[in-house]
Amino acid sequence: MKKFLAMLLAVVMTMGLVACGGNNQGKSPSDGGSQPSGSGAATIKIGGVGPLTGGAAIYGNAAKGGAEIAAEEINALGGLQIDLRYEDDAHDPEKSVNAYNTLKDWGMQVFLGSVTSGPGAATAAESNADHMFYLTPSASSTDVIGGVANPLTGTVDINRRDNVFQMCFVDPNQGSASAQYIKDNGLGSKIAVIYKNDDIYSTGIYNSFAAKAAELGLEIVSTTTFTTDSQTDFSVQIADAKNNGADLVYLPTYYEANALILTQANAAGYNPKYFGVDGMDGILSVKGFDTSLAEGVMLLTPFNADAEDEATKSFVKKYQEKYGDIPNQFAADAYDCVYAIYNALQGEVVSADTSASDLCDILIDNFTTMTFDGLTGESMTWADTGAVSKTPKGMYIQDGAYVGMD
Amino acid sequence: MKKIHLNKASRVNYATYGMVIAAYLVLQLLGNMGMLSSTMRGQLVPICAYVAMALSLNLTVGVLGDLSLGHGGFMSVGAFAGAVAAAVLPIGSDGLRLACAMLTGALFAALVGVLVGIPVLRLNGDYLAIVTLAFGQIIKSIVENLYIGMDSKGLHADFLNNTMALGEGGRMILNGPMGINGIQKISSFTAGFILVMLILVVIFHLVGSRAGRAIMALRDNRIAAESVGIPVTKYKLMAFVISAAMAGAAGTLFALGQNTITANKFDFNTSILILVFVVLGGQGKMWGSILAATFLTVLPETPAMRGLADYRMLVYAVVMILVMLATNSPAVQDFVNARFRKKKKKEGVGQ
Repeated sequence: MKKFLAMLLAVVMTMGLVACGGNNQGKSPSDGGSQPSGSGAATIKIGGVGPLTGGAAIYGNAAKGGAEIAAEEINALGGLQIDLRYEDDAHDPEKSVNAYNTLKDWGMQVFLGSVTSGPGAATAAESNADHMFYLTPSASSTDVIGGVANPLTGTVDINRRDNVFQMCFVDPNQGSASAQYIKDNGLGSKIAVIYKNDDIYSTGIYNSFAAKAAELGLEIVSTTTFTTDSQTDFSVQIADAKNNGADLVYLPTYYEANALILTQANAAGYNPKYFGVDGMDGILSVKGFDTSLAEGVMLLTPFNADAEDEATKSFVKKYQEKYGDIPNQFAADAYDCVYAIYNALQGEVVSADTSASDLCDILIDNFTTMTFDGLTGESMTWADTGAVSKTPKGMYIQDGAYVGMD
Repeated sequence: MKKIHLNKASRVNYATYGMVIAAYLVLQLLGNMGMLSSTMRGQLVPICAYVAMALSLNLTVGVLGDLSLGHGGFMSVGAFAGAVAAAVLPIGSDGLRLACAMLTGALFAALVGVLVGIPVLRLNGDYLAIVTLAFGQIIKSIVENLYIGMDSKGLHADFLNNTMALGEGGRMILNGPMGINGIQKISSFTAGFILVMLILVVIFHLVGSRAGRAIMALRDNRIAAESVGIPVTKYKLMAFVISAAMAGAAGTLFALGQNTITANKFDFNTSILILVFVVLGGQGKMWGSILAATFLTVLPETPAMRGLADYRMLVYAVVMILVMLATNSPAVQDFVNARFRKKKKKEGVGQ
């Protein structure tokens, strides 16, 4: 009996410690964090959640890196100061909610959203309940912003979340823009699609692509899928596309899978044209990938690391110095997110004590009225739907570099 | 002698009830006083679900003595059946809807438990482990290819391809590999507490009953048990199906506490994680499962672990290895036993 009483006490004490620990952790940085910025400058706390470990870590770390560079630049200006913190979700919705709650305990005032779409939908629902402003760099699914009809059923499965905005194009735009682009430029007569059907990003693009392709009269001869468990062997999908005589393969998937598809298709003696979306961006930096296979690959992306403008050059240089890699669109989107929030708060009276809910009201008003120029697009505006209006840039790969198509 | 033994068992049972009730009251009190962090509050329901899962698996592993590597599959069945039921049932009260959803989840999981149990329980040891492993994968594949939608005409289901043409006002509930999105969160800590208590009551009563003794006899020596006329399949199936039903209810509780669930959340890794709770807490020891499940669920989210950033999951694994080693080390066991015995002696002297 005594043993169990002791055990019971231990449990209670552990729980208590955990609870108190959480509170202390939440308070201490805010006490110290707001001090050094000086008298006039207010500090606001911006938090972000993304996969910093695990299979999708490449996206989370890129977004974190981009956001950190933006925060450093803004803090160096001396005005409004930004205290940025990223938490890991390992690309799991359950863990992303834990990470979001950890950031709330820390005292987060504005949320940079989740980096990936599945967890993004979960954190969007949480932040909506808390009325916390949510601007995601890259969670492009319509399930994140809500209020968009499913193109296959024509029904709205999730209501619009008024606090959620996206920096990336929303998936259906990419899908229909791709179909339009292929039709307008006569890129292929017989099209094969390979997409990842357990990923809302990939499925969302595919659904709108298929709907638009049917409308435009594009002929899709092969549609095959894969899942997280089967993303290493594409022989079945490639054989299906090849046997149906497809001359263009549409890949609304991320670049690691794309790199494998290109390599395995080449080994199978199949060399069609390839068309990707923003997830294709980054294929040239995959380790061990023969970049000559990517010659002529077309993609739609908002960001080009080889662009000649000052802002992009300076960002790429800083990112390379700090992290040793060439930044991809995730980094650029996150960089833009921090600046967009910063711009939206210009001229507003905010401080470390402004509640997340008040900030949310201010930011919603300003986001739906302002125009923003960033690395991933010029004169971007946001509608009430939360989707950004910017046009995807068509690019193709030539001599191991991205070149604008137009 | 027999009487003393019984007393000890029921003392353990009451202490376990007491532990759960005390933990619930303390956490509720802290919550009402606003002293719980958001992280902790967000984890209360998952903790209850994992505790219920660990208890349910402990019935299979600890009491029945069969190794199951596919318990996540039952959780999955319960999660999806329950979440669909919660979305469909036209009941206004959240508590009642949750209870009905959990019942649905438990029923479906029990049904699957019977289907799986009939072939599976004729196997032993490693064979059973491998078959349950395969079963977990089958469930995952089935759910990944299942589409369920609802409109004014009622429920529609589709397999492999979504060809449903939903009418006006319809909506997709289960969307194949993308799972269920936008779940209304109706699970509460109180519901989780009630579920854990119910599971404890069922397990303790089963173990103390005639059927329970037959099940444990099968575990301890199958041949001897058969020779005295205990029907093997009947009792094995009984324990297995009860365990599956509990896992189903736990799955529903979990699912209705999340915004999004997908089939690959309940994969092999989840089954193993739950087995880890059971092994760490001690096979057959229900209080051990409760503590282990709570500890290992809370641990990676504590501020100290979050502070380790990239090394968090590595440290988590190392802590797990250390705890396993410590609880299995004869030195530590001797130390605990020695202290325990000393106290007992002192008590004896005092009396």
